[in-house]
Amino acid sequence: MSLGSSMRPCGDYRTTYASDMTIFATPVTRYITLAFIALLFLVPFVGSPYVLNLMIQIGYYGIAALGLNLVVGFTGQISLGHSAFFGFGAFASAWLSNSFGVPVFFAIPLAGVLTMLVGLLVGIPAGRIKGLYLAIATLASQFILEDFFARAGWFTGGSAGAMTEYLTIFGFSFDTDQSYYYVVLIYVVLIFTFTSNLIRSRDGRALVAVRDHYLSAEIMGINLTWYRVMSFGLSALYAGIGGALFGHYLGFVSAEGFTIILSIQFLAMIIIGGLGSIYGTILGTIFMVLLPELMEWSVNLFSGSYPDLVQSLAYIKEMAIGLAIILFLIFEPEGLAHRWQRIKAYWKLYPFSY
Amino acid sequence: MNTELLMQLVVNGLIVGTLYGVVAMCFVLIYKSTRVVNFAQGEFLLIGAWTCWWLLMKFELPFWFGFPLTLAFMVVFGIALQVIVLRPMIGEPIISVIMVTIGLSIFFQALMGLLFGHETKSFPQVFETTSVNILGMQVQSAYILSMVISVLVMVAFYYFFKYSRTGLAMRATAFDQQVAQSLGISVKHVFAAAWAISAVVSALAGIVIGMVNGVSSALSFFGIKVFPVVILGGLDSIVGSVIGGLIIGVLENVAEFADSQWLHIGNLYVIAPFYALIIILMIKPYGLFGTKDIERI
Repeated sequence: MSLGSSMRPCGDYRTTYASDMTIFATPVTRYITLAFIALLFLVPFVGSPYVLNLMIQIGYYGIAALGLNLVVGFTGQISLGHSAFFGFGAFASAWLSNSFGVPVFFAIPLAGVLTMLVGLLVGIPAGRIKGLYLAIATLASQFILEDFFARAGWFTGGSAGAMTEYLTIFGFSFDTDQSYYYVVLIYVVLIFTFTSNLIRSRDGRALVAVRDHYLSAEIMGINLTWYRVMSFGLSALYAGIGGALFGHYLGFVSAEGFTIILSIQFLAMIIIGGLGSIYGTILGTIFMVLLPELMEWSVNLFSGSYPDLVQSLAYIKEMAIGLAIILFLIFEPEGLAHRWQRIKAYWKLYPFSY
Repeated sequence: MNTELLMQLVVNGLIVGTLYGVVAMCFVLIYKSTRVVNFAQGEFLLIGAWTCWWLLMKFELPFWFGFPLTLAFMVVFGIALQVIVLRPMIGEPIISVIMVTIGLSIFFQALMGLLFGHETKSFPQVFETTSVNILGMQVQSAYILSMVISVLVMVAFYYFFKYSRTGLAMRATAFDQQVAQSLGISVKHVFAAAWAISAVVSALAGIVIGMVNGVSSALSFFGIKVFPVVILGGLDSIVGSVIGGLIIGVLENVAEFADSQWLHIGNLYVIAPFYALIIILMIKPYGLFGTKDIERI
C-alpha cells in the first residue's frame, strides 16, 4: 500500500484480519498519540492549579465514563445507576484504608474490585431483562445504593461522610495537584489502553455483537448472560477506580454527591462524546467538565448587571446539562467523535468533498 | 400491634395510591401510543402546580379562572414538547429517547427551581379543610377531594377511550401504527394529543397534591415513583396502572408501619417500592397486565 504509511486511503483496502484489528490505523496516528501522551506528562510544569484541577477531574470522570460506555455504548445495555458505583468505589477505598490500614496504593484497585462485585450483583437482572426494563431496574438500584450510603455508617461514615488519606508510596505523599495529576494520568493511560485492546479481542467483539443483534449473537454461540453481566461488572470496576481516585483527591467523601444527577452526567458524557467510541468518551468528559465552568464564567460576566444570577448558579448549571443532552440528541446523536471524523474527512477530501 | 394506626396508614395509602394511579395512567398513555418512556412525567406535575400557583398568587386570579388557564397552558406545552423535541426522536434507538426525556426532566426541574426557588409554598385556601369521620377514622377533606378528583379522572379516561372518536383513534394507533394510518388516522395528531392529555392530567394531579401538601420540587419525585407502579401494573396497561398505583401506595404505608413498629430501619417508606420493583422485574417482567413481548428473528 503506497499511501498506507502516512494516511488512510478513502475506502476500506485492508486485506488481512491483523490490519483490521490494529489499535492505530496508521503509524502516524500512533506517533501522534504517543506524542500527545508525552505532552500530557509535561502539563504540571506549565499548567496553573486551575487547569490541573480540571484535568484531574477529567481523568477520574473519564475513567468512570469509559466504564459506562462499555456497558451502554458497546454492549447496548442501559444503566442509569452509574454514580452509585462511582460513590461505592470512593467509600470502599476510604473504608479499606481507614478501617483496615490498607495502603492507599492497594486500596484504589481493591476498591475497584469490591465495586465490581457490587456491579455483578446489580448486573444479574441484566441476564434476564433488557432495554427499557433494565434501565428501570438500574434506576431502582441507584436509589437502593443511595439509601445504603445514607444508612451504612460503618462503611460510609453516615451523614458525616468519610475522610480519606492521601496516596503515599515509600514515604512520598501525593498530596499536591502536581503530583496527584501523574497518578490519575497513569490510571487513565492504563485503563484506556486496556479497553482499546479489550475491544479488539474476542470478548470485545462479543460485546458489540450482543449490542447489534443479540439473537444472532446467541445463535453464533455467544453466552448472552455472561457477556451482559460481565459488561456490568467491568463498568463497575472502572467506576470504582474512578471513584477511589476522586475520593483520595478530595480528601473527603460525602454521600450527598452521588445522586441520580451524577448518573445522568455520566450518561451525558458518553452520549455527547459518542456511544461506542473510546476517544469520544474523553471528548465528552472534557465537554461535561468544562460546561459548568463555562456557565460559571458567563454568570460572573453578567453578575454586574444581574446580581441575582450568582445565587441561581446551581440551577443554571443543571439547565445547561439538560439542554446540552437534548440539543446533542436532536442535532448530533452520534456525538463529538463523529463530528471530529466529519471534520477530518472534510479536510482530507478538500476541495473535492463529493 | 396498633390496628388503628395500620388502618389509618392503609387509608392514606389508598389516597396516595389513586394519585399514583392517575400519574401512572398519564405515563402509560404516552408509552402506549408513542412508545416513549417519559422520565419527565414528574416535571409535568411540577410545571402545572407552579403555573397555577403563579397565576393565583401573582395575578390574584380567582381559582375558577386560573385553573382552566393552567390546563390550557399545559395543552399547548404538551403539544409543543412533542413537536419540537420528541418528533425528531421517532425511529431513534431507545437509549436516545430515554436520554432526551431525562434531559427534559433535569432541564425543567432546574428551570422551575430558578424561577420559583426551592422552598415549599402553599396554595391560597381554595377549599375549606376540615376533618371528616369515615369508619371511625379522621380523614382530611382535602384528601377526600383529591381522591374524588382522581376517580373522576379515571372514569373520564375510561369513557374517552371507550366511546370518543379521538380515543378510539389513539387505541388504534397503539395497536398498530401502520394499520391506523391506512384507516385515515393522523398518527401525528394522535401523538400530539397523547402528550397534551398526559400533560393536562398530570398538571391536574400536581395541583391537587400542591393544594394538600404545598408546591415544591418534591413533586417531581412522583415521576420516579411512577416506575414501580407501571412495572407492577404492566407498562402498557391503563387498568394495570390504576391497580399498581393502589398497591404501591398501600405498600409504602405498610412498609412505614412495619418500620415504625418492628424494624426501625428508617426511610423504608421511600425505598420499599424500589425493592418491590426489582423483585417484580425478576419474576414477572411484564407486570400484572402488560403484554408480553414476543420476538421473532
